[in-house]
Amino acid sequence: MQDFAQEFTTAMTLILTGDSELWAIVLLSLQVSVMAVLIAAVIGMPLGAALAVARFPARRLVIVLLNALMGLPPVVVGLLVYLVLSRSGPLGVLQLLYTPTAMIVAQVVLVMPIIAALTRQTVETLDAEYAEQLRSLGVSRLASVPTLLWDGRIALATALLAGFGRAIAEVGAVIIVGGNINHVTRVMTTTIALETSKGNLALALALGVILIGMAISVTGLVSLLSLRQEGEAMRHA
Amino acid sequence: MRDLPVLEMGQQPMIEAEGLRIGRNGERLLDLRYLALDGPGPTLIMGPNGAGKSLLLRCLHGLIAPDAGQVRQDGVPIGAESRARQGMVFQTPVLLRRSVAANLDYVLKRHRLTRARRRARIEALLAEGGLAGKGRQSARSLSGGEGQRLAILRALATEPDVLFLDEPTSALDPAATQDIEAMILRAARRGTRIVMVTHDIGQARRLGHDIVLMHQGRIAEHSLAHDFFDDPQSQAGRRFLAGSLVL
Ligand SMILES: Nc1ncnc2c1ncn2[C@@H]1O[C@H](COP(=O)(O)OP(=O)(O)OP(=O)(O)O)[C@@H](O)[C@H]1O
Ligand SMILES: [Mg+2]
Repeated sequence: MQDFAQEFTTAMTLILTGDSELWAIVLLSLQVSVMAVLIAAVIGMPLGAALAVARFPARRLVIVLLNALMGLPPVVVGLLVYLVLSRSGPLGVLQLLYTPTAMIVAQVVLVMPIIAALTRQTVETLDAEYAEQLRSLGVSRLASVPTLLWDGRIALATALLAGFGRAIAEVGAVIIVGGNINHVTRVMTTTIALETSKGNLALALALGVILIGMAISVTGLVSLLSLRQEGEAMRHA
Repeated sequence: MRDLPVLEMGQQPMIEAEGLRIGRNGERLLDLRYLALDGPGPTLIMGPNGAGKSLLLRCLHGLIAPDAGQVRQDGVPIGAESRARQGMVFQTPVLLRRSVAANLDYVLKRHRLTRARRRARIEALLAEGGLAGKGRQSARSLSGGEGQRLAILRALATEPDVLFLDEPTSALDPAATQDIEAMILRAARRGTRIVMVTHDIGQARRLGHDIVLMHQGRIAEHSLAHDFFDDPQSQAGRRFLAGSLVL
């Protein structure tokens, strides 16, 4: 027990003294996950919006598929991205394996379905409410999409946060495609896994504390946003 | 039955509906031979719940394509183009999840006004609707009466030739109702043709130039207001005024 107290004290010291190795890892994690969420948003939001307002034969199927993709096991995603990026894979020539870019790719694959599915849900619900009114105001179906996205902004921000939460906390995919190389592809989750197995609990704990802090912040923001939305819904009722 | 009380010979009615029919699962929802909205208006549409009043407004506004028949505005079949010259306030208006001013700006932007002109127009509209100073407030936080006034302002923002209103005061107190009636009359005076659904007989007497009474998807009577209230020509009209006409 005393060991643990000591490790914890060391961990807190690492955080508070701004240990450069620790913070480099945190920074890389943030860079990778923020970038992944942004890219996933650029792909996922238009995709989700299109699924919400467009009508085509395989639409239901695509939606079911997208919802299923939300639950993809990260390890499998890691494996698939590994196969694609490996030397003999289709994108092997790009030599992306074991780089932060590879980790971003894996996280985009993980996060994009979440953002697309939540966007579709948001836009579709809003569209049911708005469609006739917008048509009356002379807005075409296509032109209504930006309106729906903007008026669904709170729910969409929640979707982005949910995506970020999944990306930053995920370990299985990034460890496969990133390789957990010191100073290159080590992010918070992979470092925690490695350092714990090596018995270096102080660094693992320090990262754990920061990761928990981020998770709580994200969850807190999400509930703040949904509270705001409920408040608006109530005032409308 | 005096079906076309206000039509001068040879004059083309502003809005004309012919042979409109809508059915769902074998049920007749709308079935009207001919309706001409001409003369100065306002035209007040009345009738029991489920008579097809909202459905009729949707058809006249071009939001629903009827199974048969045609609606014309100034002699031309309606479409997106004529809709741009019509405004509609729905029975449950949808205010955008934005500020009061942004709800108005949204419509003005589609008409490519400059920022300065839009701002001036918004100020004028807010003043017109008694909402001056509320421009920044979230539209969804307005009271029922204020929200209804905003919905009307938004429909009027582009100065439409025709304004359809679907029970705009049905949830409002007498004072709020008076405000809205005054707004509607001002719009009418500026040249907007008013077509309005109401359940309020007093309101129909105050505002109506002619009355369309609907019953079971049909037009039971279309008469000048004073004729309708003094001496309804149809059986349905007499029962409606006696309060015994139901679906
Ligand atoms: N899209 C639709 N599909 C099926 N039935 C419909 C549809 N829209 C309206 N109806 C039916 O048509 C009938 C007329 O509806 P409408 O909304 O026009 O009534 P209303 O006269 O406006 O009644 P209220 O005074 O209650 O507003 C109702 O029986 C309604 O259920
Ligand atoms: Mg109705």
